[in-house]
Amino acid sequence: MAEYVLQMKNITKTFGPVVANKDVNLYVEKGEIHALLGENGAGKSTLMNCLYGMFDSYEGDVYFDGELVNIVDSRHAIALGIGMVHQHFMLIPVLSVIENVVLGLKENKEVLDLKAAAKEFTELGKKYNMEIDPWLKVEQLSVGQQQRLEILKALYRKAKLLILDEPTAVLTPGEIDSLFDMMRQLTDEGHTVIFISHKLNEIMKICDRCTVLRLGEVAATVDIAEVKDRQQLASLMVGREVELETTTKPVELRDKRLEVENLCVDNDRGLPAVKNMTFDLYGGEILGICGVDGNGQSEMVQCITGLREATSGKIVINGTDTAGLNPGQILGLKVSHIPEDRHKYGMVGPMTLDENLILVSYKQEKYSSRGFLRWKWIAEQSESIIKSFGVKTPGIKELAKNLSGGNQQKLVVGRELERTPDLLIAVHPSRGLDIGATKYIQQQIVEQRDMGTAVLMVSTELDELIELSDRILVVYDGEIMGIVERKNASREVLGPLMAGVRD
Amino acid sequence: MNSKAVQYSKSIGFPVLSILVALILGAIFITAIGYDAAFAYRSLFNGAFGNIHSFSETLVQTTPLIFTAVSYSIAYKCGLINLGAEGQLHMGAIFGAFVGARFEVLPGGLHILFVLACGFIGGALWGLIAGALKMRFGASELITTIMLNYIAFEFLSFAVTTEPFRDMTPGAAPRMTAVVEAVRLPILLPQTRLHLGLFFALIAVVVYYIFMWKTTKGYEMRVVGLNPNAGRYSGMNIGTNGLLAISLAGGVAGLGGVVNVIGLQPFLTEGFSNNFGFSGIAVALLGGCHPIGILVSGVFFGALNAGGIRMQLMAQVPAAAILIIQGMIIVFAVSRELFIYFGRTGKLLLPKKQAGGESDA
Repeated sequence: MAEYVLQMKNITKTFGPVVANKDVNLYVEKGEIHALLGENGAGKSTLMNCLYGMFDSYEGDVYFDGELVNIVDSRHAIALGIGMVHQHFMLIPVLSVIENVVLGLKENKEVLDLKAAAKEFTELGKKYNMEIDPWLKVEQLSVGQQQRLEILKALYRKAKLLILDEPTAVLTPGEIDSLFDMMRQLTDEGHTVIFISHKLNEIMKICDRCTVLRLGEVAATVDIAEVKDRQQLASLMVGREVELETTTKPVELRDKRLEVENLCVDNDRGLPAVKNMTFDLYGGEILGICGVDGNGQSEMVQCITGLREATSGKIVINGTDTAGLNPGQILGLKVSHIPEDRHKYGMVGPMTLDENLILVSYKQEKYSSRGFLRWKWIAEQSESIIKSFGVKTPGIKELAKNLSGGNQQKLVVGRELERTPDLLIAVHPSRGLDIGATKYIQQQIVEQRDMGTAVLMVSTELDELIELSDRILVVYDGEIMGIVERKNASREVLGPLMAGVRD
Repeated sequence: MNSKAVQYSKSIGFPVLSILVALILGAIFITAIGYDAAFAYRSLFNGAFGNIHSFSETLVQTTPLIFTAVSYSIAYKCGLINLGAEGQLHMGAIFGAFVGARFEVLPGGLHILFVLACGFIGGALWGLIAGALKMRFGASELITTIMLNYIAFEFLSFAVTTEPFRDMTPGAAPRMTAVVEAVRLPILLPQTRLHLGLFFALIAVVVYYIFMWKTTKGYEMRVVGLNPNAGRYSGMNIGTNGLLAISLAGGVAGLGGVVNVIGLQPFLTEGFSNNFGFSGIAVALLGGCHPIGILVSGVFFGALNAGGIRMQLMAQVPAAAILIIQGMIIVFAVSRELFIYFGRTGKLLLPKKQAGGESDA
């Protein structure tokens, strides 16, 4: 009989009429890596938030270390030995590493003894082979380092059970490997890890057991050793057979749609972010832009779409030099843009769906005449877009912020593809989406390519890039490291280029 | 109950609650300083709604409040906080009074429109200054609109004492020349002060609604106000939208000023505004910047103004008590987060299993 460090029994949590968790049982053995798998909205976060004391009320019992506990807030959870590393880090960038570590500790005296804390912290880091200088400011750390800091912070608070929420989303292949090494070391020492993810490969690779959530209920808890392949997990997760491979037709190149010549762009701090980039893009192909986040991809896209000015160089879209054009005029050149951050750029959260669907084309005759919006017609169009792109919503008068991430992205993608672009710029099109939504959106992008659209796809997901792109352009530190053809594209080829190593 | 009705009652419930709490605290305050709260409130109510005369006085007070509330709402929808309605109202009144006292070339109705247009322009220019300072130099409109208020006040005191603005009738108190008879607004109810301006205020609300929710420009402004990044992404110009919004806001406040001049007293004096610009902010906040909300809370604040005078006369309660109640309503109306916070922590005090299953998520 295995020893359970955590038992969550018959957890039910409702939000008004919505049942987020229904009779969920989660048993986590001591010393294992337990995956929590499920599509977006399947109830993974709700379950973990119940455990972490984020809700006032829910039904069911939680046993931690064999004892019935009633966790009222996160402080209580931490005191019990539960540590959570959120997908969005809870760090204060302007404070130093060690200040972030001791933040909110009960043992803190009126005068902080940072030196003693730093010593203890450094030893902890050494032990797990992930040292961080305690006196650096958090904003100086890379994303991977920040994540290690979050994990160390939890360990510093004597966490026995570590919850990692989508930890690999922000890491390079190399960083993911060292994260996995660390997770194994932790479990060897008797810690327990709950690994929240929907990346099937990773779960197959690292986890011991896996609880699959579907629509708020437990679909199954399985031993990974007994799982045949990732297809099996995917089917459990979505409740039906899913096609994981995307089939691609051979390339049929059309005319040149985008020409970037010696482009140089500065970032917000006035430092060069894009250095002398030159490339072309033709209709009917997908050009993947591959690289770790923050190597100039954002600035490049912002420059192409007119949101940022180039310091030098030339951009030609569909034969038109875009120098001096504003974003509206550039979108008018039959360009569609799926922005990197849908909340920040792609939609207006407190507006309704139909209001969001006209965001780019509200001035077109289709949607307005003589300065007045044609709401009736807009409503009809919106219904049809929502239907054809499978956006799940109670209606077009729902506020966009109330949709799940996947549905929000479908909304943005639907709006941008409905305009039948010549050039599609898709930035992290599947970021934060579950497998169903990801496959759907990838399929839409491939269909665009087959119809002759030129697609520029920026992504940090290697698998996605390798699977979809006809050519992959690798950027490092604002420079083009190389352009790899589909037939040569593999992790082994791209990995070193992403890290800035040329043969 | 369907979800729409729930949402509706939620958005109404809060303002009503803040009014109730403010009235209760006001009663405690009035009792504490030694007056009869029940009698005070009864005379307040009678003074506001007791008979047709008092109700028309309420509506007279409501009229400029609706203009200034619409002014605040227009800027707010575009993401700007216009605290300058008071000054814009002054400038509108000055422009309107100056023009209304001089030219008598146009036939009646058109002449009134011309004077209104001048009032609009006066307020709009005052708003535009704040807008331009923000777009050009990044100066916060919170600060500049307040500061421009004082300049407008001083300009009025200059105008009532100096030619060519001043009324040169021998023995006249410091005031601007009276507007000509042709531009004075007709009285709607005989033997009251209720004038056609109320009708203009209603039109302003309707135009506000149509503009914001039915036109492409209004849509642009709301997008820019809610998410400027999304506005930029889709090719909208943040700067020109802001300039237009704050100019329109100033213009509407200016209309409120000129309507009060040609509707009530024919000449402009210092202190003609009963804090209409500032109370208008409260009206807009309490009404959630919604057209219907503005109308309802406008009447409510108008009633407080009109009834306050009666309360002072009958119950001898200082008029300052009304200001205190108004202030408390505003504080409660804007401190929604505070209530939500108390609601949450209050629930946490209960044992977990018994706490209600409702949640706001």
